[in-house]
Amino acid sequence: MKPLLSVSGLHVGFGRDPRANEIVHGVSFDLAAGETLAIVGESGSGKSVTALSINRLVDFGGGRITGGRIDFTRADGTAIDLAGASERELTKIRGGEIGMIFQEPMTSLNPVLTIGEQIEESFRLHRGLTGRQAKAAARDALERVRIPDAARRLKYCPHQLSGGMLQRVMIATALSCNPRLLIADEPTTALDVTVQAQIMALLAELKRETDMGMIFITHDIGLVAGIADKVMVMQAGEAVEQGSLDEILDTPRHPYTKHLLSAVPHFEAGRAARRDYSRPKTPATPALKVEGLTVRFPVTGGLLRRQTGAVHAVDGVDFDLMPGETLGIVGESGSGKSTTARAILGLVQPIRGDFTASSNDPAKPERNAVQMVFQNPYASLNPRLRVDSILAEPVVASGRKVDAEIKQRMEMLLDRVGLPRNALERYPHEFSGGQRQRLCIARALMLNPSVLVLDEAVSALDVSVQAKVLELLVDLQHDFGLAYLFVSHDMAVVERIAHRIAVVYAGQIVEIGDAAAILSDPRHSYTKSLIAAVPSIDRRREHFTLDTRQVPSLVRPLGFEPPPAEWRDIGADHRARLEA
Amino acid sequence: MGIVKAIFAHPSGRIGGTIVGLYILIAFLGMAGITPHDPLMQFRVDRLHAPNAAYWMGTDLFGRDVASRLMVGIGQSFVVAFASVALAATAGTVLGLAAAWFGKGWDGLIMRVMDVLLAFPAILLALLIIAVVGPGTWTSVMAIAIVYTPIFTRVVRGPALSLKTRDFVDAARTFGSSRHYILTRHLMLNLVAPLTVQVTLALAWGLLTEAGLSFLGLGTQPPASSLGLMLSDSRNLMETAPWLLVFPGLAIMIGILGFNLLGDALRDILDPKTRRAVA
Amino acid sequence: MNYLTRRLLTFPLVMLGVSILVFVSIRLVPGNAITAMLGTEAGLLTPQQRAALEAYFGLDKSWPVQYGHWLMGVLRGDLGISVTYGKPVLDVILERFPLTLELALLSMLIALAIGLPAGIFAATRNEKPSDLGVRILAMIGQSTPNFVVGLLIIYILSVGFGVLPVMGTFTPFFENPLENLGQLILPALTLGFAFAASVTRISRSSMLDVLSEDYVRTARSKGVPALSVIWRHALPNALIPVVTLSGVEFGYLLGGAVIVEQIFALPGLGRMVLDAILQRDYALVQGSVLFIALNFMIVNLLVDLAYAVLDPRIRLGDR
Repeated sequence: MKPLLSVSGLHVGFGRDPRANEIVHGVSFDLAAGETLAIVGESGSGKSVTALSINRLVDFGGGRITGGRIDFTRADGTAIDLAGASERELTKIRGGEIGMIFQEPMTSLNPVLTIGEQIEESFRLHRGLTGRQAKAAARDALERVRIPDAARRLKYCPHQLSGGMLQRVMIATALSCNPRLLIADEPTTALDVTVQAQIMALLAELKRETDMGMIFITHDIGLVAGIADKVMVMQAGEAVEQGSLDEILDTPRHPYTKHLLSAVPHFEAGRAARRDYSRPKTPATPALKVEGLTVRFPVTGGLLRRQTGAVHAVDGVDFDLMPGETLGIVGESGSGKSTTARAILGLVQPIRGDFTASSNDPAKPERNAVQMVFQNPYASLNPRLRVDSILAEPVVASGRKVDAEIKQRMEMLLDRVGLPRNALERYPHEFSGGQRQRLCIARALMLNPSVLVLDEAVSALDVSVQAKVLELLVDLQHDFGLAYLFVSHDMAVVERIAHRIAVVYAGQIVEIGDAAAILSDPRHSYTKSLIAAVPSIDRRREHFTLDTRQVPSLVRPLGFEPPPAEWRDIGADHRARLEA
Repeated sequence: MGIVKAIFAHPSGRIGGTIVGLYILIAFLGMAGITPHDPLMQFRVDRLHAPNAAYWMGTDLFGRDVASRLMVGIGQSFVVAFASVALAATAGTVLGLAAAWFGKGWDGLIMRVMDVLLAFPAILLALLIIAVVGPGTWTSVMAIAIVYTPIFTRVVRGPALSLKTRDFVDAARTFGSSRHYILTRHLMLNLVAPLTVQVTLALAWGLLTEAGLSFLGLGTQPPASSLGLMLSDSRNLMETAPWLLVFPGLAIMIGILGFNLLGDALRDILDPKTRRAVA
Repeated sequence: MNYLTRRLLTFPLVMLGVSILVFVSIRLVPGNAITAMLGTEAGLLTPQQRAALEAYFGLDKSWPVQYGHWLMGVLRGDLGISVTYGKPVLDVILERFPLTLELALLSMLIALAIGLPAGIFAATRNEKPSDLGVRILAMIGQSTPNFVVGLLIIYILSVGFGVLPVMGTFTPFFENPLENLGQLILPALTLGFAFAASVTRISRSSMLDVLSEDYVRTARSKGVPALSVIWRHALPNALIPVVTLSGVEFGYLLGGAVIVEQIFALPGLGRMVLDAILQRDYALVQGSVLFIALNFMIVNLLVDLAYAVLDPRIRLGDR
């Protein structure tokens, strides 16, 4: 049987001279109807360009196909080479026979048109439906992606819906005309894990319902296991390896595939948790102790902007952190995990709560005992300052002179984080993302702190870079006896670095304790759903189930106080909040 | 210098930079009195003489050399434009930074005052100021500066507000960096680029407004020479002496064009947003 | 609170500021107000006459009292009496306003009719020769002062065609539309020239920004034809900067196009203000500046309304 799609020797280039600026160098693959191909690679591997070449959207981004064929079997059985197809033919095929969904649901829908208008458009273009028929079809499409209350949502504008909802709308639009091929370009990267799991479950279900072929592009090899039949691994514009799902995951042959599989942290349900530390049996002085931390942001309303309520961003958080220990704070966006970190550094003002930090060096002022590393290494270094000024800033701020001793410390720290000494005379833009994050770590260590708060510190990095930075953090922790507060949404990453874990949900800790204990035996329902949502290469063909639970609103009426938490002890160092 | 190289690598920067450089040279020569003739000298016998080897751009009704007057006029326009833009940029930067940094009440107060100033069409605000102070060169400087201050305030406040929430400023706060350090190193240093672009474009606008005010007789007063005045004088003579219209007209146009082109080029070079689009 | 509500609430506040600024700046004029008003003839007044006049104009009171009086008058529509015209200021202004309004509308019409299509066209031909051509023209247009354009038009007409444009008179549109347009078309073209250039530049760059947005890519991935991508998906999003620019420019023009009115000898608002300044007719200056500022702010408010129509995020959100 003829394959649905057959790509052979695809070359794609950009700019005025596309042959000189080639991004994709001769990629070939086949896809049969009903089959899912996952294309895996890091940023710059050419995976998205390959996908965008299939429906020729690459033309609009300044790209050009400079060689190869893209043979596609149309619904009427005729074959067409999309690489040479005219724009007129392509307009018919796009949306009608090839649907596509993108990475950023928030920006991928037109902000000035309603959801309904945008879905109806596909039916108008490819099915010739108008008026009431188009509207009914749009409502059916929304119901198909399990959006509750579809008729009402049609009148919404994109900014009124959450990212997860918008991605469902995108899927509804892409699938509206029952395309024979769906291209999904990192469709869940911008979403929270539990939302990601829902979208993955939805895609898998829809795939089963139809006989559609799918190309699924991702940087996350863990995500591939649940959805793909075949996998193609791309690196620097070339397909370095392709094969069936099991072949690639179990017996990878190409070193890069092996590297991806080994370097990338996979979630292993607590089996990969660190065992290089155990809490002292006798009471000791914690490096950081947080008690009853509460952060609320006022909500105002009405003409006079009177305060009508408050967002309970962090609601009574307690924990302690021992020297040399890592506490992972996990939760999804809006859970209050970052606000907790920022409150400890004094970047947001808590309305209540105490924290005491004890310094490594009793002679130094306490306020330098805690330092922070931020998520985005591109935003946390001033682009106009040289690296030596950047590293000097904490020293200057603490009122000390930048002398030979400080210079020595700068060089020592650069050595330690794996950067050359001549980095001092360079500017941030001369470094890659991973190197910048190393700079940020060096800067945070300038004042010899006892606690480092790492707020999603490796989340913005490419997967293989992520692993190296994590290794560095472990080494530094041993060398300097640092305590880490590691804030992250990524369970697999937290598993590699944390000794203990605190799970935050709606501003409160719902479960806290030993990392291995929590990851292998979660007790709180939220922790369970969070862990169930984590993709893993071990969970092949184990389908995600749809969970439609909504995150509760954090806005409370004025004067509202949550009832005191009641805890259930599960193990020596593992307790979970009792649920109502 | 990296920036000069970048300007000359940019197509419109090359043209704009050359024009602006040339004009600055002419302005210096004009102000220093190095002109083909004395701009005030009236060569009575050669009144309304067409351009020739002696009078490159002809002479006016009083027999004064147009080329020399043009050079002095360019110098005059440049002094007004540069002085007023320097004032506006300084005031705007201080106000914009203050509004962004102190926020709340200060921000509200400063921006409402700027709203009041912006509620007047620019030329009208300039006219009003001239009505109060009386016409003249320094009135023009003041008027143009006041008109442009709210624009600089906005240009500074927007980016300053977003810089204030950037991670490197947050990082600075976690170290306990002083306000002075954050304002100068983290905010000002990063505002240089947008300010440079705006200054260049404001200079184009300053030239235009100076010429307009002089054209109306409210700017530079005769017998001093200015481009706007020369054009105004040409009105009744354009049929007999078109050079009186053509040369000053071209001089203004090309000068403004130069600054606009340079401003566009600087925006392309310095604005990270467009730079990303190119890459 | 809604964005529009907030704008509506600050409107009277800013207007109050404007009135104070206008009032105070007129009081700042050096010299005695009576001298300023009557010029050299003031020297002929006896001290008693002078005092009587000051009492008549309320000049013997303190500034806040004077301001209060003036503001109450303004609220009743009484802007004072123009010395040069011997008529109520408001009447003088309203006589001149139709011309100014029509000129502003015509220029904007010309600017949008040329600039918007040109800008969109250039954006879709990004970096091709036709785009470059449009950009060069727009750059030149934006850099040419309107008095140069106006003088050139007159020069070309008179030397090239031997005709002099109609000048100095104004026939209201509803009396004789043809004659009216004949009088206004050249000034409108003069003003529309640079205006069209700005509209071209802003619509091109805004369109380019929007065309690189994710949702435009989504529309293309749905098989939306190229023309529909531009008109239905990109244009509504690209219009906001164009509306802002056109609003500001139109607001400026409502204040009178002083220079162009001067060149074409048109009896518009701008020349009236200029004359009032030169004649030291301070009641007229004060009244007309306030009137113009009010117009300008109303136009700005309409622009904000247009945003809300164009963008549901502004309409529904609380930005």
